Amino acid sequence: MPDAPIAVAMSGGVDSSTVAALLVRQGHRVVGMTMQLWNQRRLPELWAGAEAPVGHGRCCSLDDVYDARRVAEQIGIPYYVVNFEQQFEQHVVKPFVEEYLAGRTPVPCTLCNNYIKFDRFLDMADAAGARQIATGHYARIRYDEPSGRYQLLRGKDPAKDQTYFLFGLTQPQLARTLFPLGELTKPEVRELARSMGLAVAAKSDSQEICFVPNGDYAAFLHAYLQENDAAAPPPGPGPIVTADGRTLGEHNGVHRFTVGQRKGLRIAAAEPLYVIATDPKTQRVVVGGNGDLLRRGFFVKDVNWISIAGVSAPVRAQVKIRNKHAAAPATLHAAGGAARVEVIFDEPQRAVTPGQGAVFHDGDLVLGGGWIE
Amino acid sequence: MEHVYFDHNATTPVAPEARDAAAVCLGQVYGNASSIHHFGQAAKQKLEAARRQIAALIHAGPSEIVFTGGGTEADNMAVLGVARATGKGHIITSTIEHPAVLGPCAQLEREGFAVTRVRVGASGVVNPDDVRAALRPETVLVSVMHANNEIGTVQPIAEIARITREAGVPLHVDGVQALGKIPVDVDALGVDLYSVSAHKLYAPKGVGVLYIRKGTRLAPTDFGGHHERGHRPGTENVPGAAAFGAAAELAANTMFVESERQAALRDRLEKAVLNRISGTGVNGSCWNRTPNTSNIYFDGVDGEALVIALDLRGFAVSTGAACSSGAVTPSHVLTAIGLSDDRARASMRFSLGRLNTAAQVDALADALEASVAHLRRISVHA
Repeated sequence: MPDAPIAVAMSGGVDSSTVAALLVRQGHRVVGMTMQLWNQRRLPELWAGAEAPVGHGRCCSLDDVYDARRVAEQIGIPYYVVNFEQQFEQHVVKPFVEEYLAGRTPVPCTLCNNYIKFDRFLDMADAAGARQIATGHYARIRYDEPSGRYQLLRGKDPAKDQTYFLFGLTQPQLARTLFPLGELTKPEVRELARSMGLAVAAKSDSQEICFVPNGDYAAFLHAYLQENDAAAPPPGPGPIVTADGRTLGEHNGVHRFTVGQRKGLRIAAAEPLYVIATDPKTQRVVVGGNGDLLRRGFFVKDVNWISIAGVSAPVRAQVKIRNKHAAAPATLHAAGGAARVEVIFDEPQRAVTPGQGAVFHDGDLVLGGGWIE
Repeated sequence: MEHVYFDHNATTPVAPEARDAAAVCLGQVYGNASSIHHFGQAAKQKLEAARRQIAALIHAGPSEIVFTGGGTEADNMAVLGVARATGKGHIITSTIEHPAVLGPCAQLEREGFAVTRVRVGASGVVNPDDVRAALRPETVLVSVMHANNEIGTVQPIAEIARITREAGVPLHVDGVQALGKIPVDVDALGVDLYSVSAHKLYAPKGVGVLYIRKGTRLAPTDFGGHHERGHRPGTENVPGAAAFGAAAELAANTMFVESERQAALRDRLEKAVLNRISGTGVNGSCWNRTPNTSNIYFDGVDGEALVIALDLRGFAVSTGAACSSGAVTPSHVLTAIGLSDDRARASMRFSLGRLNTAAQVDALADALEASVAHLRRISVHA
């Protein structure tokens, strides 16, 4: 199809709105779609005291759909709301809850990209006759002739680079995806949106985890488990211990703690204490000093290789172990199959956290990534 | 691209006759129908003429016609009004009602009423014996729709009315999807309350009527004026009512010919789909349906995706009830008639109208064949 449309995932925010408008300006046929992922009327108790009333000003809220629809009207493209609530709950929300209960710290945005935005949404694009999709992610894709691979690169704006959440993209997914904002900075995008007269040009950025109000994931876990009448209630209190086994106090549930966390321990000590591990089986939260958080080596599972096919011999890279982490120099060693890697940092890094993603870089290039064991 | 409309159960285009009637009342006849003076009298005449036109279509007396802000408001007025006139008791309705009836029933349940929702079989038709069996001494209302909005099945209202009349219980019928499609005679049917909506009858949105048989006790749901015999306070929507009246007269004159024509087109569509596309079938009874409605499943196809694919090919259809942000749960009507969630999500409603032609139906069948084949090939998983 020579004039096949491009399906744009429109959230109602400034980034994806600008993407849609840019593609229209470039002469493409564009179909706008908003993914309805989560019913904000669920778990109303979480919204007590929140700044925004239920269903307003949040991801997937009526306000966002209104904004997206208005932009679509403004730029004159067909627009649809597609409902993926079921898939989102199955592939993102449930694993999010289960990971926390298992003592790990999940990254729901990566799961959403893997299973919803670059899977289910691609299917919907197909249904609409669109071979390509475009999103407002700050990242770049380029085709590398010699290797025959689609490569993923960091977005030009270091403050907005979103490749940490995109390490799960497969070659077929990358082949069909456009990131028109990859070469732009956020201020440039806002300026573009303003110059094109988009109604959402001044809209504020979205919060981190769209379905968790105010970032209070522990409250979300409780409300979600209660609503689902879970057989396993959220973990109760347990001991706070040191690595050498001394009990320092009590906590109110291991799922409230993540490696590197300092807040919420409520223990007076000579030097600041941090969580260095959690163990849901024994309900123990292990604490220690800042030095105890430092680690040189760790394993990464379910690795998805993007810009290279894998590591047979050790490979030098910079490795990022959470979204806000500055990638640190390391060596990647194959550790059983193509999908498991041992990372050895040159310098020990703080708070290597099970359940988080580890993303391997070579400069701007994203080599691949997986989940910290 | 030409866009062809096959979603007349969601709403209809306004007939020229209705548009002209409204235009008169948006132009020179702008008075308030409650005013004493010349302008008010002129508006009042338009309002009452419309009332007579609608009364004539359903064989009611003009004094039994109350204008409302639409079908949903008429349903609420009837269900809440009858229930609250007694204060407590038991209500019988069906599992395939429109939310405009299920909603107020659920609200009454929260207020202390008991509600029985009579089930239907695969045919999508209520069995009058089930209504009889559900009756209790404290039953204050039975509410069953005349024609279903999603599958078009026509309910045995006359039989149900004989049962409710015998029991001395008022019967409300949501006739929104029946009016103009099948004959409606509130006297012959024996109903006490009957809700209709203008925009399903080629008139504008925002107008409805509740027929209230003389002598039916109804507590008011709104307060603040004596309009519409105290049932619906607020300045009357004269342009809307006038358009509704004109549309009612038009329907009375054209219904029999149109019904036959649309039924033939509907059958043509079903025959083409069922012959040419595997894994398809009609949901609900094929008999006793409104002539314009067809609900078909396309196994292995995501309904939402098919609506989008067809829209981009220029055909407007729907997965069921109109919903702005996509339905989360599969249609309660389709699950009530025994469809699995998967098959309910794979179902499409086609509702024809006066402007549809055989050529359009053939083009729709072609588009369906191509889109379903495409979707099955890429297998958009439900």
